[in-house]
Amino acid sequence: MKNRSLVSINDFTKEEIIKILDLAESFEKNPRQNILNGKVIASLFFEPSTRTRLSFESAVQQLGGSIIGFASAATSSVQKGETLKDTILTVSNYSDLIVMRHHVDGSARYASEVASVPIINAGDGANQHPTQCLLDLYSIRKTQGTLDNLDIAFVGDLKYGRTVHSLTIALTMFNTRFHLVSPPELKLPSAVKRHIKEANLQYEQYTDFMDVMPKCDIIYMTRIQRERFPDPLDYEKVKNAYILQNQMLTGSKDKLKVLHPLPRVNEITTDVDSNPKAYYFEQALNGVYVRQALVASILGLA
Amino acid sequence: MSNKRKELIVSAIENGTVIDHIPAESVFQVIRILGLDKTDKQVYFGINLESKKFGTKGIIKISEKYFENVEVNKIALVAPSATMIEIRDFEVVSKNNVKIPETIEKIVKCFNPNCITNHEQVETKFRVFYDENNDLKLACRYCEKNTSRANVVFL
Repeated sequence: MKNRSLVSINDFTKEEIIKILDLAESFEKNPRQNILNGKVIASLFFEPSTRTRLSFESAVQQLGGSIIGFASAATSSVQKGETLKDTILTVSNYSDLIVMRHHVDGSARYASEVASVPIINAGDGANQHPTQCLLDLYSIRKTQGTLDNLDIAFVGDLKYGRTVHSLTIALTMFNTRFHLVSPPELKLPSAVKRHIKEANLQYEQYTDFMDVMPKCDIIYMTRIQRERFPDPLDYEKVKNAYILQNQMLTGSKDKLKVLHPLPRVNEITTDVDSNPKAYYFEQALNGVYVRQALVASILGLA
Repeated sequence: MSNKRKELIVSAIENGTVIDHIPAESVFQVIRILGLDKTDKQVYFGINLESKKFGTKGIIKISEKYFENVEVNKIALVAPSATMIEIRDFEVVSKNNVKIPETIEKIVKCFNPNCITNHEQVETKFRVFYDENNDLKLACRYCEKNTSRANVVFL
């Protein structure tokens, strides 16, 4: 994928995704190499995202590359009213690759059309966050030994969860059985379900979390936010129904792993953390290897 | 009433374009999309005319004006049944059904207020597709959200 921008997971075929995951595996075995020596990576976080930014910056620095950029729009020329286009054109002059996070949907695609260097989308508003999707796929494959024919449960806010949408669409390439657990107000949008149907795959929808517990190989947790409910009473009714507690995992499959894109607030109680089925912190670590694989392959160095 | 008389309900034109078979309710929208409310050419229109095919229809005749494909595409979204008839010296020179293109550029606004096309000067680009109910949808190249026909706003 030399010189190619990574904007949306939907731009990638199954083969291309697997190639990136394989490369990430080789970086996991050997994460400190000097292959980015002399390369300058711009890290433009118009919207703060500490976790994603640090993961990228750690990935680049472990490979010997240097980082320029900013961690929030407040410390950039956006503050002075500069357009995204002008910022991207300018930073293109200073760097070999741009990692960009922006609060506006579609900003990454636009930046990739304007920039003379490749763009990696580190999240564009409510739209895409492809590196999160790839690290989720990497974590699933690593813990299950395969991506094919798995029972995967998505729990919580399936309506607004960007990571859930991207990952669901990506998993339709792998013959997944989908178990969708959410309050009725926060069901997976029909536009996303259409992808499941078009792939001739099955999904089931649940409101009771415990119904899926014995069935799944992966539980992908998300947070239900109070502000998603116009009526606060509706939130009060469901707020405790989708919290994962350690004793709920009794009776689940041995190979089950619990994933979460983080940050967690209260949707997984801390007593789960010491359960070997908890995988969310390792999942975050996998993000470093996946980002190393992406940066290296886009720069034509792996 | 003879057939000839019927045709003349809206005046014949010597040179120009006749847009026929417009859904009656879309005539004013077509006028606006094509900017005919601002033209200095002679424009005639009729609404709720009899139509064998559709029951009622609308028709617009514009003197001394011919349309490019990109302009014609604009009206396909509101009047997919329309026919573009080119008239020269009172004769029909060509007759074409308008076609909804596979992609729509520049002319439609993205429905998503948080889309980059509504924040910076970016020309919109959509891929046209039909959903499971066979309803036309426009998929934004940038924010990847779908704008349905009911939410289409022309730029």
